Amino acid sequence: MLRAYVIVFLLFLYAPILLLPVFAFNSGTVIAFPLDGFTLHWFAELAVTKALHEAVVNSLIIAAVTAVISTALGVAAARAGVRYRFPGKAAALGLIMVPLVLPEIIVAVSLLVVVVQIMGWDLSMGTIIAAHVLICTPFATAILNASFQNLDPSLEEAAVDLGESRSSTFRLITLPLIMPGIIAALLISFTISLDEFIIAFFLSGSEPTLPVYIWSMLRFPRLIPVVMALGTILVVLSVLLLTLAEISRRRGLRRAGVKDKGGFL
Amino acid sequence: MSLISIENVHKHYGDYHALRDINLEVGQGEFFSLLGPSGCGKTTLLRTIAGFEDVSSGQVRIGGASMIGVPANQRPTNMVFQSYAIFPHMSVAENVGFGLRKSSLSGAEKATAVGEALEMVGLNGFGARAAHALSGGQRQRVALARALILKPKVLLLDEPLSALDKKMREQMQSELRRLQRQVGITFILVTHDQEEALIMSDRIAVMFDGKIAQLDPPPQLYTRPANRQVAEFIGVMTFLPGNRRADTLEVAGLGHVTLSPDQIIGAEGDVRVGLRPESMTILFDDMAAEPSNRVAQGTVEDLAYYGDMTMYEVRLAGAPRPVTVSMRNLPGRPVLARGDAARVVWDPAALMAFGPVD
Repeated sequence: MLRAYVIVFLLFLYAPILLLPVFAFNSGTVIAFPLDGFTLHWFAELAVTKALHEAVVNSLIIAAVTAVISTALGVAAARAGVRYRFPGKAAALGLIMVPLVLPEIIVAVSLLVVVVQIMGWDLSMGTIIAAHVLICTPFATAILNASFQNLDPSLEEAAVDLGESRSSTFRLITLPLIMPGIIAALLISFTISLDEFIIAFFLSGSEPTLPVYIWSMLRFPRLIPVVMALGTILVVLSVLLLTLAEISRRRGLRRAGVKDKGGFL
Repeated sequence: MSLISIENVHKHYGDYHALRDINLEVGQGEFFSLLGPSGCGKTTLLRTIAGFEDVSSGQVRIGGASMIGVPANQRPTNMVFQSYAIFPHMSVAENVGFGLRKSSLSGAEKATAVGEALEMVGLNGFGARAAHALSGGQRQRVALARALILKPKVLLLDEPLSALDKKMREQMQSELRRLQRQVGITFILVTHDQEEALIMSDRIAVMFDGKIAQLDPPPQLYTRPANRQVAEFIGVMTFLPGNRRADTLEVAGLGHVTLSPDQIIGAEGDVRVGLRPESMTILFDDMAAEPSNRVAQGTVEDLAYYGDMTMYEVRLAGAPRPVTVSMRNLPGRPVLARGDAARVVWDPAALMAFGPVD
């Protein structure tokens, strides 16, 4: 019974995604069974669509910058949360995590109001990055919290005791030992930013991100198989990135000689 | 002149008074222990010497120089941490040589120093091993070598043996003692294990609630405890209720005793009378009682057999609770059973009267 339930659940979860490659390689323009024949035409079309390339480049820049900023903020927040006691700590750390559960549409609308109405700025990649940092930082903080919790505070004290300064201790001891967490946080922030739609849709000006571009393509039925091809590539990339993040996390545990207490995935 | 002097040191954490007016001096080459139950402030005191905690008030001097405001990385101290704090991403040699990173030694000289430090702790040829692949005892030795390679004036040890099993702990106790004599560096050991402190130390400061209750060499600590708390913490002591007026003591189960001044601790009135297990003897047929001693009748309530000796819980007639008596198991001497009658010989000069306020 349980086995059947799990199978149905997994089918429900992944069958729609498995349809993407099926139609991406189908030569018919209508998304319906039976299939017509095998083609790589849709992928070839992707290769010559200039607007798509610009969207991909925009998305990659936004995702990379978001990942770096979120991870840096996550390191600071996690270190402060695990190592120090200060007034208002619980409230501060709680508020950092709130964007995890805040509806993105709310975040998007309120940011749009702030940016356009109140500050009078133009929408740009910068505004999307700022918003993506907001939603990625909680993830980065959660991952790095675990890294710092697994790090024996005596290790840093021992390095200071042996003559190192605070900054060289961070470089020689802390950083190498939390590096797997940093890599995992970078990869997850990157992935989240890359496929985020609502905020990007509201805050992108003349520089659409990839998800926004895909959405705009859906208005042309002729282009739907192209979207399918693009989706296929994105699914493969996402799975690849998440796998890398998990491998990196496990390697870190082995290196620190800590038992695996279950990870992000 | 003493190497370390700590004067009127207080430490507050908010409302919590962790160290209360600590005064002590530690001499060059001394093996000094801070002993007490958990939460007594011994680790806090050690960390103020190391520079990981600053004092709220008072003075800490090492070699005559004030350490107030001197960060841990500039103090002439090194520390062996309770968790050993071996850097898991480095080899044994990289761990041991870590403190030499900033020294002006050449690469070859550093390698020699690391080799010597490893040899000193009995880890010849372990340099290339990965740190996380070591056993508990080996990590302990790496931590020692890493701390001693800088030739500190003081080596601070924070419960260094508590994570080891009994056999390994006993071995490391004598090894630490040997190492300390060999290098001649002052060791300050924090421990909650009174036996460990007695075995290893030249002098011991016993701490309760952030205060030093007594600071003495081990024999004085054991035979002349400053108060009942210290007497209970060091070794085994059983207590019987009594009443003292001047030098006359009335003890339940033992009768009247005339005390000498050094048996009296604290005020008169209702007192607790402390007896060490080895100060009493069960009289077997092969023995004759010392004329100065007295004999009380009792019954064995419980016993613990250790092989070389047996600890008896004997209830003396008229006493509200049993006393602990230790007896060596000599050849031909029987081991008594529960419920057996026992004649207990006790020395009036060996008991201690602890007043209600001490």
